[in-house]
Amino acid sequence: MTILNVAGISKSFGGVRAVADVSFSVAAGEMLALIGPNGAGKSTCFNMLNGQTAPDSGRVTLQGRDITGLSPRRIWRLGVGRTFQITATFASMTVRENVQVALLAHHRRVWRFLRPAFAWFGAEADGLLAQVGMAEQASRAAGVLAYGDLKRLELAIALANAPALLLMDEPTAGMAPSERVALMRLARDLASQRGIAVLFTEHDMDVVFGVADRILVLNRGELIAEGDGPAIRSDARVRAVYLGSGATSGGH
Amino acid sequence: MGFVLVQFLTGLASASSLFLVAAGLTVIFGVTRVVNFAHGSLYMLGAYLGWTILSRLPGGPAWFAGGVVLAGLGIAAVGVLIEVLLLQRIYKAPELLQLLATFGVVLVVQDLVLKLWGPNDLTLSRPPWMRSFVQIAGERMPFYDLLMIGIGPLVLLALWLLFTRTRWGTLVRAATQDREMVAALGVDQRLLFTTVFALGAGLAGIGGALALPDGSANGQMDLTAITDAFVVVVVGGLGSLPGAYLASLLIALLQAFGIVLLPKITLVLVFVVMAVVLVVRPNGLLGRKLTLARGEANTLALVRPAEPALRWLGVAALLLAVWAPWFVGPFALSVMTEMLVAMLFAASLHVMMGPGGMPSFGHAAWFGLGAYGAAFAVKGLALSMPAALVVAPFGAALAALVFGGFVVRLSGVYLAMLTLAFAQIVWAVMFQAVSVTGGDNGILGVWPAGWASNPRVFYWLTLAICVACVLVLRRALYAPFGYALRATRDSALRAEAIGLNAGSLRLVALVIAGAAAGLAGGLAAFSKGSVFPTYISIDRSVDALVMVLLGGVQSMAGPVVGALAYTGLFDMLLMVTDLWRLVLGLSIIALVLVFPQGIAGTTYRLWLRGREA
Amino acid sequence: MLNVDDLHSYYGRAHILQGASFALPAGEVMVLLGRNGAGKSTTMKSLIGIVRPARGRIDFAGVDIAGWEPHRIARAGLGYVPEERRVFTDLTVLENLEVGRQPARDGRPAWTEERLFALFPNLGRMRTRAGGRMSGGEQQMLTIARTLMGNPRLLLLDEPSEGLAPVIVEEMAGAILALKQEGVTVLLAEQNLHFAARVADRAAVIEKGRIVWTGTMAALHADEAVRTAYLAV
Ligand SMILES: Nc1ncnc2c1ncn2[C@@H]1O[C@H](COP(=O)(O)OP(=O)(O)OP(=O)(O)O)[C@@H](O)[C@H]1O
Ligand SMILES: Nc1ncnc2c1ncn2[C@@H]1O[C@H](COP(=O)(O)OP(=O)(O)OP(=O)(O)O)[C@@H](O)[C@H]1O
Ligand SMILES: [Mg+2]
Ligand SMILES: [Mg+2]
Repeated sequence: MTILNVAGISKSFGGVRAVADVSFSVAAGEMLALIGPNGAGKSTCFNMLNGQTAPDSGRVTLQGRDITGLSPRRIWRLGVGRTFQITATFASMTVRENVQVALLAHHRRVWRFLRPAFAWFGAEADGLLAQVGMAEQASRAAGVLAYGDLKRLELAIALANAPALLLMDEPTAGMAPSERVALMRLARDLASQRGIAVLFTEHDMDVVFGVADRILVLNRGELIAEGDGPAIRSDARVRAVYLGSGATSGGH
Repeated sequence: MGFVLVQFLTGLASASSLFLVAAGLTVIFGVTRVVNFAHGSLYMLGAYLGWTILSRLPGGPAWFAGGVVLAGLGIAAVGVLIEVLLLQRIYKAPELLQLLATFGVVLVVQDLVLKLWGPNDLTLSRPPWMRSFVQIAGERMPFYDLLMIGIGPLVLLALWLLFTRTRWGTLVRAATQDREMVAALGVDQRLLFTTVFALGAGLAGIGGALALPDGSANGQMDLTAITDAFVVVVVGGLGSLPGAYLASLLIALLQAFGIVLLPKITLVLVFVVMAVVLVVRPNGLLGRKLTLARGEANTLALVRPAEPALRWLGVAALLLAVWAPWFVGPFALSVMTEMLVAMLFAASLHVMMGPGGMPSFGHAAWFGLGAYGAAFAVKGLALSMPAALVVAPFGAALAALVFGGFVVRLSGVYLAMLTLAFAQIVWAVMFQAVSVTGGDNGILGVWPAGWASNPRVFYWLTLAICVACVLVLRRALYAPFGYALRATRDSALRAEAIGLNAGSLRLVALVIAGAAAGLAGGLAAFSKGSVFPTYISIDRSVDALVMVLLGGVQSMAGPVVGALAYTGLFDMLLMVTDLWRLVLGLSIIALVLVFPQGIAGTTYRLWLRGREA
Repeated sequence: MLNVDDLHSYYGRAHILQGASFALPAGEVMVLLGRNGAGKSTTMKSLIGIVRPARGRIDFAGVDIAGWEPHRIARAGLGYVPEERRVFTDLTVLENLEVGRQPARDGRPAWTEERLFALFPNLGRMRTRAGGRMSGGEQQMLTIARTLMGNPRLLLLDEPSEGLAPVIVEEMAGAILALKQEGVTVLLAEQNLHFAARVADRAAVIEKGRIVWTGTMAALHADEAVRTAYLAV
């Protein structure tokens, strides 16, 4: 079943075509990787999918519903979770409270003025934190976490609305190699168990070739290749603009 | 025609003097992110020092120029002193703390000036060349004003070259963005900041000295200058020099013509202009969205509800407060009533400033509206006191709802200045609608109902209302609403991405804060028996700001402690010394240095540390 | 070149570096490996002085620089390239380089813009572009070039390969090897072991704020136990 369908979206920033006529779709339970050189337009694509940026043209459909140009708030309510390339969490709160706020928003319990916030959805928050391996750090301040742990917290927040589509922008950047694979395996399991469609970008080829079902390659805003791991690895154009010799990326 | 031209040229001349002050302010803010309240004081010192120097020099133009430059250098040295002795120690403290420290400097300078130069306005006897006129289109234009017209653009050009064409300028622009990185590249950023502060202060000093021939050195010029300069800087866009010049032009010309065309609203004209500009362009005319400068204390501390031991302390203080009327005299009782009102007022501002992340320079607007609302209710509508105390918060909340829509779209200093603009507009309305509000004479005879006319009863009533409201506010801040609000402050991006509506959360916070401030205003009206436009004055807004910052913005304990400490200190000083500004200013500075997180915040940290060790 | 002895650093009350000790000979490239939150970045920040160490010695070319201000340390010849790039986004490439400029030392030829553009050809093609309008990879090159303008004797690179496309990482590896040829000593924090293996001579493994293992890259490669215990690869 197709969760997300993207049809010919484009975006320019003052003359620079950041994304040009990109189309693809993601099915339930599928892990789709979007890779490409720095500045290829991957994050811009993500921003258009979750409403951060409105596309200049093209259509984005989520579970059959046109969501082009909706606000991030609406899109989150329709079941899209996202992690950011530059992490964005609430520094004055603990790890658990970060997730609790997301849960409060998801369950529409924000406009409550009396009952203390810690009494809401604590168990559910701990459950999500346990899933991403952050249970022990639940009472630490989010502002002092190491980078890799922040990424995990981001994932827990993104899962709080039980999303149909999960967008992960460089989810493992800055993490230790073993943890990268572990985190992406986790995402992979979530995807297949709950039928979540996952779209992610990565510069770590171990991760990309290890977990992606399908790979899209973006270069200067345009899709230049699409296929499974072996097909992408042997694509001469992808090698030239992105993969290189593989000497510093594990031979991929 | 000639008249219009002369008015236009006069406008250009005052634009230049505005620009000199504003340029210094915007340069300092751009680089150090310090909101320098003392900039007006530097301007005033420039005028006084200029007077001292120029009144001893021969009258020729060259002597005049030399004297002005000398005054500028003198004030630059004062700036260095302030930066090295005070600001350098608190760059790492929360952003607005520097503002509090510079406010302390304002108070100190006011008393120092009074001591050193006396209370009289000092004017310069003008030599003939200064008094000469030029004929323009049949009208007489002072030669000195023509000189001034040229100075603004000249200074703009010089500063522009300095910032874009020199290594120093490049380093300064880099430090504006990321001072820690600049230091890690081998640049002594402390020296950089000191020189920037000296430059800004020097410009203010020159501005003050240049203002002498057309006016005088007097004790009020610091506050006028600082408000004007802030308006210019904000309208132009923080940190933008061309923006500051453009805004100086806009405001000076509007004033030059406004005084002729719309004399009634000249008092608030600049604020109306600022409000309009900010509503249309939330970052000023040429400003860009402010990004947090790197390398400052931007990691927000974890917010925790107080621990049981501290709550018991609160309960003990409350019991003491309930008991107090039996053993204190009537004067002390009225002071304590005032303290309670101040506590609620400060707590309401905390809702905006702390979890809401919306600093306000015009919080007195809601306080004043509440006070006037209560007074109208009693005097105009003949309502009872309890009814009036319901009208007060609702009236203020309604106004907050209407204004708030514009306010919550902005952030930081822009937001603070827009609230100031609204406060000034409200003030001007109350001041000028004489038939309804009595204008400057206020509304008298707003006395409590018979059953509450005993000061003790009124004190207990105030105690009950204020403490209950503060507790309710606190509770809301730890409830989902408060967390969601804080979430929008911590990361607007993430808040939006998890479906939080930052606009409405902030608006509701503003309305709640407005209502609480309005209630405080209503209580103040009954406790004093009268309301005056001073209830809405800038002074009162600053008081609230000082109380919150002094206590600490971290938790509700902050504004409570801050309000009690500030009003207590204030009243005590008024009694024991006529140099109260000096002492209060020094106390504030000392408190800032000793309690960089506010009194409550720092104490709490120390207490925690003591327990964990 | 660098001799760190029993270094302790705190963030507030959190004791992060708990007695880190290691030595780095001149002219070598050493990589600091460790889990997330092990204290790699904190070590780097303590060396350059952004985090002031509470205790311990940092012997840099015979001088104890522990507790110095960052700008003094930088002037003494330590260059620091932070984790999150931190280019000055409003400044052009040339202006960014200007900020990093410090006089030459040791009688070695100073880095000039032209020599740096030869090392990083991409940068030479965008001299007047604002830092904020460059791609992530170009920004990373610029931060390194900017630091080199200070003619450092020792270069601290915190995760230079993070977030970069594999082709760029390859170029980066080439650049670091070229720097080594120039006689610059390099301390590198890395997560990308493939990259580390390509450029480093020796490794130090940090765990909970202590250096738990040091040795050559070859030794690390052979020591399965260390790799599973601390690096979990
Ligand atoms: N707000 C913006 N204004 C102007 N240009 C922008 C803006 N956002 C992105 N760009 C430009 O659009 C292009 C695509 O950027 P994007 O962030 O999507 O790249 P990316 O593929 O995510 O790269 P990376 O792998 O380095 O994260 C880049 O050239 C970038 O400079
Ligand atoms: N500003 C801070 N305040 C408090 N604790 C901090 C701060 N910065 C980092 N820490 C803590 O210090 C520890 C070490 O952090 P550091 O950044 O040095 O780790 P790292 O080894 O560089 O990790 P990474 O691989 O994720 O970059 C972590 O536990 C982190 O949570
Ligand atoms: Mg990206
Ligand atoms: Mg690190």
